[in-house]
Amino acid sequence: MEKLFKQINQTIMAELRDGEFLGLGMGGEQSTFTRINAAKVRQIGSVDEADLGFNLILNGRRTTGSISLSGDLDEDLSRARGELERLRAEVVQLPEDPYLVLPESKETSRSEKHGNLPDAEAIPEILLPAMGNVDLTGIWASGRVYQGNANSAGGYHWFASDSFSLDYSLITPSEKMVKATYAGTEWDQTAYEAFLADSITKLELISLPPKKIEPGDYRTYIASAGVSDILSMFSWGGVSEAAIRQSESCLGKMRNENVKLSSLFSFSEDFSSGFAPRFNGNGEVAPEKTTLITGGELTNTLVSTRTAKEYGVESNFASEGESMRAPSMSAGSLKESDVLELLGTGVYLSNLHYLNWSDMIGGRITGMTRYACFWVEDGKIVAPIENMRFDDSIYSFLGENLEAVTEKLQINPDVGTYEGRELSAIVCPGILLKSFSLTL
Amino acid sequence: MDLHQILSGIDVRADWIGLRYVKENTGFRLVRDGKPEANTRESKQGVMVEVLVNGQFAYYGTSRLDKPGIQAAAQRAVKLATAASKFSLHSFGVEARPVAMGSYSSPFQTAADAFSPGELSDLLIKATAELKVSDKVVTTNAMARTVETESHFVASNGSDVEQKYLMVSADYSAIAHEGSVTQKRTDGGLLAKSYQAGMEVFNEADVLARCRKIGAESVELLTAEECPTGTMDLILAPDQMMLQIHESVGHALEIDRILGDERNYAGWSFVRLDDFGKLQYGSPLMNITFDPYVEGQFASYAYDDGGLKAEKEFLIKDGLLLRGLGGMESQLRSGINGVANFRASSWNRAPIDRMANLNLEPGNSTQDEMIASVEKGVFMTSNRSWSIDDYRNKFQFGCEYGKLIENGKLTKTVKNPNYRAISNPFWRSLKMLGNKDTFEVYGTPFCGKGEPNQIIRVGHASPLCLFDGVEVFGGA
Repeated sequence: MEKLFKQINQTIMAELRDGEFLGLGMGGEQSTFTRINAAKVRQIGSVDEADLGFNLILNGRRTTGSISLSGDLDEDLSRARGELERLRAEVVQLPEDPYLVLPESKETSRSEKHGNLPDAEAIPEILLPAMGNVDLTGIWASGRVYQGNANSAGGYHWFASDSFSLDYSLITPSEKMVKATYAGTEWDQTAYEAFLADSITKLELISLPPKKIEPGDYRTYIASAGVSDILSMFSWGGVSEAAIRQSESCLGKMRNENVKLSSLFSFSEDFSSGFAPRFNGNGEVAPEKTTLITGGELTNTLVSTRTAKEYGVESNFASEGESMRAPSMSAGSLKESDVLELLGTGVYLSNLHYLNWSDMIGGRITGMTRYACFWVEDGKIVAPIENMRFDDSIYSFLGENLEAVTEKLQINPDVGTYEGRELSAIVCPGILLKSFSLTL
Repeated sequence: MDLHQILSGIDVRADWIGLRYVKENTGFRLVRDGKPEANTRESKQGVMVEVLVNGQFAYYGTSRLDKPGIQAAAQRAVKLATAASKFSLHSFGVEARPVAMGSYSSPFQTAADAFSPGELSDLLIKATAELKVSDKVVTTNAMARTVETESHFVASNGSDVEQKYLMVSADYSAIAHEGSVTQKRTDGGLLAKSYQAGMEVFNEADVLARCRKIGAESVELLTAEECPTGTMDLILAPDQMMLQIHESVGHALEIDRILGDERNYAGWSFVRLDDFGKLQYGSPLMNITFDPYVEGQFASYAYDDGGLKAEKEFLIKDGLLLRGLGGMESQLRSGINGVANFRASSWNRAPIDRMANLNLEPGNSTQDEMIASVEKGVFMTSNRSWSIDDYRNKFQFGCEYGKLIENGKLTKTVKNPNYRAISNPFWRSLKMLGNKDTFEVYGTPFCGKGEPNQIIRVGHASPLCLFDGVEVFGGA
C-alpha cells in the first residue's frame, strides 16, 4: 500500500494550485478477526480497508476530509481528485481560522516491521485445541496495520507493522474470570500454549467462594492492567494543554492551584517502545520522550502546534486532539513478591472496568473492579471479592494515598479496534494505596 | 454499482451468500469561541461479503468495489468459514438470514445540501456568541454533525433491501468559571439531540434561544449549592432517562450478551435466559418497547442487517420481562423471542445484537403532580457521567444540572448531581411516570460494543420519571 500512497501523493501534490497547502494521510489495515465464545468460534472474518485523509489550507482557511481507497490506482486517483475538488469548493466558503497550522514539516521517516503471522485460515486450528474444555471468550486480531503521512512541503512518513493479539477471559462455572492478552509479532505455537496454560492455572485462585465486602475505604493494590485504565483517563480531559486552557481538564488544579500528586508518581509520553509512530497528522515528529508529571508535579502537557499558536506556547508536536499516543508511568521500588505482605489486609485489584469522570474538574473517577480481584488478610489471599464500584479522586489515590509503586513495568497493549486496530500500548507498574474508596 | 450482477457472478460453494454495500458521508463542524475548530467530512464505502458454509458464517469486508475484488473476498470468506466450521459455537442454517425485500428512507424536511458550509458555519459562530452570556463563560462550543447513509443488501436467497438515511446531531455548550468553580452545560448532554431529520434542525431562532439558556445555566451553576448527599426521591428528565434506559435496560437485554459473546469486553448480564416471561424487571409502570418506527427517532429502519423485518415489540410490559434484544442468530441460539436488531456499524463489521430505538412508554402523571408528590428529593437533567458494571447491575450516573425538590416544589439549583443504584431495585422503585406531555425523544451516535469494536447509533425516548429512595450525592 505504500506504493499506492506514494503514487497518489506524487500525483495530487503536483496538481495543487498556487496558495494551496495540502496534507495527506493514509491509514489502513488487512486484519483477520476471530471471535471466540466458550472456546468455540462465534464469528470469523477479515477486513481489508484503507482511507486517505486530506487537510487543505487556502488563504487562511482550512477544511479536511477523507475517502475510502479501493487499492486500484486509477480508481483511487479519480476519488482523490474528486475529494480535492470538493474541498476546494468548500474551503473558500469557510471563515478564516486564526490558529491553523500550515503543513511545513519536511521531515521524513520510515518504519516497517515484518512479523511472522499465521495464515488466516489456520487460526482456528492453532488457537482452539489448546483451550481444551476451559470456558474462554475473547478476540483474536492479526495482520498488517499501516499509516502514512505526506505534505506539500515535502514531508513524508510511513509506518507499517505486523502483529497479532489474543485478548481473552477465562471463566469459571461460578462466573469468576481471569483476563489475559497474548500479543506479539512472531507467532510461536509453543509459547502460546505455555502462556495459555499458565493463565488457566490462575483459575484455581478465583474458584474459591467469593467474599462480599461492604462499601468503605480500603488499603488497595491495583495491578498494572488496572493502572493502565486509570492512566488512559489522562487522554480525556487530562494532559491536553488545550483542555487545561479551556477549563476541561482534571489537571487544572495542578496548573492553577499548584496542587501536587505524590512524589512517587511520574508519567510521560514515551515512544521508545516503538509501538506507535512518532509522527502526527501534520507530519510533525514528537520527541522520543516528554515528561508530563514528574515526582507528582505537572512539568509538561501535550501541546499541538495549533494549541501552541493559540496560546503562545511551544509545541511538542502532539496530535491535534492532544491525547496520549505512548503513555508510560515510571517504576518504583516495590518488589512484586512483597506486594501482598505490604498490602497486609485490603483488596487486590487486577483489572478495572468502565471508568468515567464522576467529577472531571475535581479529578474524581468512578468505575468497577473486574476479573481476578481478591480480599487479602495479613498478606495472604483469602477469597475473590464480588465486584465493587469505586469513586475516588486522583488527588487522593495518586496523591497522599499512593504508598508504593512496583519496580516492574508491564506492557499493556491496546487491543481496541473502534477506528481500526490500535497500535499503542500503556507501559506502567502496579500501585499500592493506603486508601481507596469503594462505594457500592 | 450493480450488486445483483456482482452477486450473480460470484462463483463459490456456499449455502448462502450476502453482499452489503454501505456508503456513508459524515460531516462535522465545530466552532469554539467564534473561531472554526473543525470542518470535515469523512466518506466511507465498502462491501461486506458474508457466506454460510457448513453451518458457519464468515465475512470479508473490502473497500475494493469491482467484480474481481468482491469475488476474491467471497473466496476468502468461504475458506475462513470452512476452517472455522470444525470449531463452530453454533451450526446455523439458512433460516438465520430470512428473505427480505423492501426499502426505507428517513424523513426530513430540508435536504443536507440546502445549507452551504458557509451558512452553517455562520450559524455556529452566532451560537457561540449567544452562549457567552457573561464574562464568566470562558469556553463556548457549537457543533453540527450530519450523516448521509445508503445501504444496499442483496443475498443469494433473493433478499434485496435498500435503506437511506439523513441524520443530524447538534450540540451547544458553555463552560463557566469563577474562582475555583467550573461548570459546564450542554444542550441535553453531548449530542443527545440526534435525529433522523434534515437541516430544519438548524432553525436559527430556536438554536440561539437554546444557546442563551445553556449559557445562563452554566453561570447559574457557579453559585449553586452542592447536590445534597442522602437517600431521597429522584426525578429524572428524559435527557437523563435516555442514558438510564440505555445502560440498565438495553445492554442488559441484549441476547448475545446473555449468551456470553461479550464476556471479554462489554460484559455479561444479570438477566438469564430463563428470566424471560418471569422476571419482574421494574414496577408495573414500566413498559419498554423496541420501536423502529418513531418518526424522526435516530435508529429507525425497516430491516436489520440480517434481513429481519423491524416491528414494534414490547420487551417489558407492566414491569415484566417478555422479550430480548436479539436478531435471528441470537433467537436461533437461545430460543428466546427477539427483535430485528442484528446491526453492523458499517460495511467493515459483521452484525451483532444492538439496541436501536428503545423507549420507555409514557404514563399518566403530569410534571406538576410528580413534583408535588415529593417531600424531599432532587430533579436531575442532562447526562455528564456514566459507568455501570459488566453485569449491568451497579451503576453510577451524573448530571449537569439539578434542582432541589422541597415540600412539593422545585427550589434551589444544585451542582454536580450524581446518583448510584442497582438496576433491578432501581426500576422497581419507579413510582410515578410522566404523561405524553413530558415524553421526549433523544439519541446518541456513540454506543460502543463488540469485538472487533463497533460504535453505532441508537435512539431512546422517555417521559419524566420519579424513583423512590435513591442514593444521591454531589461532587468532589
